[in-house]
Amino acid sequence: MTVKVEITVNGESTSADVEPRLLLAHYLRDQLGLKGTNVGCDTTSCGACTVLLDGESVKSCTVLAVQADQQSVTTMEGLSSDPENLHPVPAAFRAEHGLQCGFCTPGMVMAAVSLLEENPKPTEKQVREGLEGNLCRCTGYHNIVRAVLAASGQDPDKAEGSEPDVVAPGFSTGSGA
Amino acid sequence: MSIMGTRVRRVEDPVFLTRGATYTDDLTDERLSGALHLTFVRSPMAHARITSVDATAAREAPGVVAVITAEEMDLEPTKHFPAVPDAMARPWLAKDVVRFVGEPVAAVLTEQAYQGEDAAELVEVDYDPLPVVTTLKQAATDETLLFPEAGTNFAVPSFGNDDFSDDLFEGCEVVVTREIVNQRVAAAPLETRGAAAAWGEDGRVTLFLSTQNAQQSKGEVAGWLGVDPAQVHVITPDVGGGFGAKIGADPEFALVAWAARHVKRPVRWNESRSENMTGMLQGRAQLQTITIGGNRDGKVLAYRLDVLADAGAYPRIGTALPTFTRMMAGGVYDIPKVETRARVLVTNTTSTGAYRGAGRPEATAAIERAFDLFAAEIGMDVAEVRKRNVPPPDAFPFTNKGGAQYDTGEYAKAIDTVLEAGGYQALRAEQKARRERGDVMQLGIGLSCFVEITAGGMAAEDATVEVHADGTVTVLTGTSPHGQGHATAWAMLASEKLGIPVEKITVKHGDTDLIPKGVGTMGSRSLQSGGVAVYNAAGELADLAKQRAAELLEASVDDLEVAEGEVRVAGTGTGITLAQLAEKDQLRVETHWDQQLPTFPFGAHLAVVELDTESGKAVVEKIITIDDAGTILNPLLAEGQRHGGIAQGIAQALLEEVVYDADGNPLTATFADYGIPSAAELPSFTLLTMETPTHLNPIGAKGIGEAGTIGATPAVQSAVCDAVAHLGIRHIDMPATPLRVWEAINAAQNGTATTNGSDA
Amino acid sequence: MIPVGFAYERPSSVDGALALLAEHGEEASVMAGGHSLLPVMKLRLAAPELIIDISKLSELSYVKVDGDEVAIGSGTKHRTVEASEVLAAEAPLLAAVARTVGDPQVRHRGTIGGSLAHADPASDLPAAVLALGGTVVLRSPRGTRSVPITEFYTGVFSSVKEPDELIVEIRVPRTGGAGWAYEKFTRRANDWAVVGVAVVDGRVGLVNMGQTPLRATATEEALAAGASIADAAALADQGTEPPEDLAGTREYRRHLARVLTKRALTTAAGG
Repeated sequence: MTVKVEITVNGESTSADVEPRLLLAHYLRDQLGLKGTNVGCDTTSCGACTVLLDGESVKSCTVLAVQADQQSVTTMEGLSSDPENLHPVPAAFRAEHGLQCGFCTPGMVMAAVSLLEENPKPTEKQVREGLEGNLCRCTGYHNIVRAVLAASGQDPDKAEGSEPDVVAPGFSTGSGA
Repeated sequence: MSIMGTRVRRVEDPVFLTRGATYTDDLTDERLSGALHLTFVRSPMAHARITSVDATAAREAPGVVAVITAEEMDLEPTKHFPAVPDAMARPWLAKDVVRFVGEPVAAVLTEQAYQGEDAAELVEVDYDPLPVVTTLKQAATDETLLFPEAGTNFAVPSFGNDDFSDDLFEGCEVVVTREIVNQRVAAAPLETRGAAAAWGEDGRVTLFLSTQNAQQSKGEVAGWLGVDPAQVHVITPDVGGGFGAKIGADPEFALVAWAARHVKRPVRWNESRSENMTGMLQGRAQLQTITIGGNRDGKVLAYRLDVLADAGAYPRIGTALPTFTRMMAGGVYDIPKVETRARVLVTNTTSTGAYRGAGRPEATAAIERAFDLFAAEIGMDVAEVRKRNVPPPDAFPFTNKGGAQYDTGEYAKAIDTVLEAGGYQALRAEQKARRERGDVMQLGIGLSCFVEITAGGMAAEDATVEVHADGTVTVLTGTSPHGQGHATAWAMLASEKLGIPVEKITVKHGDTDLIPKGVGTMGSRSLQSGGVAVYNAAGELADLAKQRAAELLEASVDDLEVAEGEVRVAGTGTGITLAQLAEKDQLRVETHWDQQLPTFPFGAHLAVVELDTESGKAVVEKIITIDDAGTILNPLLAEGQRHGGIAQGIAQALLEEVVYDADGNPLTATFADYGIPSAAELPSFTLLTMETPTHLNPIGAKGIGEAGTIGATPAVQSAVCDAVAHLGIRHIDMPATPLRVWEAINAAQNGTATTNGSDA
Repeated sequence: MIPVGFAYERPSSVDGALALLAEHGEEASVMAGGHSLLPVMKLRLAAPELIIDISKLSELSYVKVDGDEVAIGSGTKHRTVEASEVLAAEAPLLAAVARTVGDPQVRHRGTIGGSLAHADPASDLPAAVLALGGTVVLRSPRGTRSVPITEFYTGVFSSVKEPDELIVEIRVPRTGGAGWAYEKFTRRANDWAVVGVAVVDGRVGLVNMGQTPLRATATEEALAAGASIADAAALADQGTEPPEDLAGTREYRRHLARVLTKRALTTAAGG
């Protein structure tokens, strides 16, 4: 069986008859030819396929295309008008050398866009925890974190030193009676 | 002003950050139109006899064009490491026996990718289980043989079996020995393996491969297919990380090419992550016995390293890597007597190969652990013991006991620099205070000092530089990036000599028709081999331009200089652009560069962990690293290499391990189970730099790709051990997971821990 | 990897979903955010014949005060729970625990109902609802029933929910200013809890300490009888038989439960 979907992708209407099991990532890649969105794992772990669905970051390998019907998707291809005019987040990734092989980059950039939407001036710790759903094997995250801080208008050199605390020793949260 | 040493932003990035890079699975090349999708049926058993393979139902499934089993294959099983017994050859598709979980048994070709997974499930394979060998000690007994015809599990029976002397530690006041594990890890590049093949009517195959070296892959695949290398055209699109595991061709690549010829249609294959975690070469996997002897004044007199290394089921490049471990066994130290042995065994696991450092991190981890154990035994500070045993700067070139000649080194200075930057004395004071208070959160401080061999083995590359009539430049290189930024760095090298801005310089790589000669990117070799070749070619091109311009300008060559893309008569306004020269006659230079010898970058890492003694969890609070990789071409790129290396080093020390159960089932075959760290598990890194130029090449550069991993791994492991040293713990194997640390604490408190130290 | 093929229905109302469930029963699976179900379908560990997509049923997405309780629609996303001002004031534990689920992308998609229905003892939210003493509201064409969370789970991935039933609401008591804490122990931030301990108002919920989320009843009783935090926490693993895997042995998990309970109780007490 196939189902008709209509999804606005990077501002343009798209439509196709698809198998219900078609993953949104493959809809973008194979139906629309938007190859920027990469698939790096099978277990919703790596985040390389992260796109915005109605403005929020999601892993497009774990969303059925049919579930995105009548919704709006933004991929990295939709952020910048052209390579010489980069959106502030990818521009910061370039300035801070926040990418090497580039495979995690589209997902990382989209996760960062979503993170900054929810928290426009994050601390280093908040950036690190906010990107916990995206794996990078090349950069050690050092320059990715700097790029996100820079994209938020903060000086990464200062923000970096601002929080000497140990990052993420597990979650511990609470409030006294 | 020279562009060398400046932080030039990557020219790759504008495209990578808009439409994204183009990896093998992204290709829309017309040669691949109508390509079939190949899906492997892989063994779920670690060791079993195949009693039947029935593809009947699969052949009838929707979209299936062919199902290939061993029956259909006409390629002979092939050895993937020359020195191993013939019996250890690997079949392209398993026929009689499977020897690891993930071994290909059949290949399904379908019109659409989704159909492949459905059809692969319908291939019915019956297995009769055989006894499984998963550990090195099990393998070494030779009780269960993977290849009965070989008569042994030793991959190269004659190799590394040197006898040890009886008197190595004679005269030592203190001797410490211990068995330690350098665990198996997965390279796990974010882009999995991929290949696509299209045969032309001319009988040539175009093979798109995700690999670190196109030219080697071409030779390998041609050999496997039994065709003339001239019939194979390899193209490497953008490659999403390799870390050593994408060196050369994989057997699957030949299968893709073979299948495309078999069905007379283009075929493409892109593996899933689950497939990658059992199919791609894995790294490290050594069981080491270290013994160190010396005197109570801190002088180490003798060191022995005995290695059992795991080749996995079918020996590949991992079989060779313990050779590097042996060569670099003595590390940065001047130890009078060093003995090593390395024996390589087959087990029912994924084959091993290079992973960032490839043999050298294993050497460093062993000697650095040995120094810590020795320091603990004689009650001396770990930094002090190290400094008492390193050769002074005037001892270089220094030949170590493994026969390697270190070009330059200032090891004590590297140690002192990280100690000072880290506030070592203050850290020790803080540690002491926490211990005295009995804090739950303890501090651990780990130090490592390392030297590594870069561009070992093969230090030659070719390069071509051509200036075009429109003023642009094309650079051809045999090295092949997968994240390192060659397009930027090589353009800088050409720009330096030609004065043409990097934006006008295009670097091409990874196309064997365009660039027939090349070795590739691995072993931290690219800049000092391929990069220097480009630098030299550009220099030669500048000289050629001067010669041609001399006639046209009626000037002496000696009075000419090349700047800003122009040949000028020094001190005058007269000149001619390189573009104008190119318009008259092709302006192109091809050159060969052979450094002949490897270089030996070095450095030191100081890691500070905070360890929760109740849960056993250690977190890296800071890591301060110094690297001397000679002259730095582009600090932005060099730092990026160090960052990534440090992260992988921390990951091996604390998180990552490929684990098999006793039946050979991989327990870590997804990213949910395998412990790759995210940003939340890592700190920002503190990088310090020393730049001692090597005299072996004209730009003074050594390799930088692997140093971070080599230094960080032992520093962090050491820091974890140090955090619990006051409880009587001397050693915790990697990865020092919370469970493992807690068990060590528990054992120490119950008095069951051993220090394995003994006064001689 | 991709799921086995399935048929797909997207009903426009809860009643429509219930009618489909009644018709197809065990062959059908309900999918909301899909973040529990789709991963297992991709690994082909589950292969429902029909997916009933309720992700767009806005009638299931709400957080509101209802008498002495807060009512949360089952289709409410983790991110909404995490950011809910109502929960921050009335049941802050639940918002805080939602913040520890998966990663931001997962929280943008996964729902509280889906998390509870999946019945994974390693999930954070079931133990939080358990500590809160909450209730699961189930609907089917046969009617609506409320099941106390203490009676909801029957084992790993299993509950008393019948094949024709849909979780439509989760209700938790308004705990307001009562002390609370959540201690989640992981190797990596994004991993499942090795062990988690949720504490609120003297009640203790345990994550990944058995076949189902559990209450540390011995600890709760000791606290009620006036024991010190240290003494009460030392009983946290009583009666548990936690799973063993690469992240933890049984003994380690029991130890962690005691340590984390002590920490959570201390935090909840304002320490």
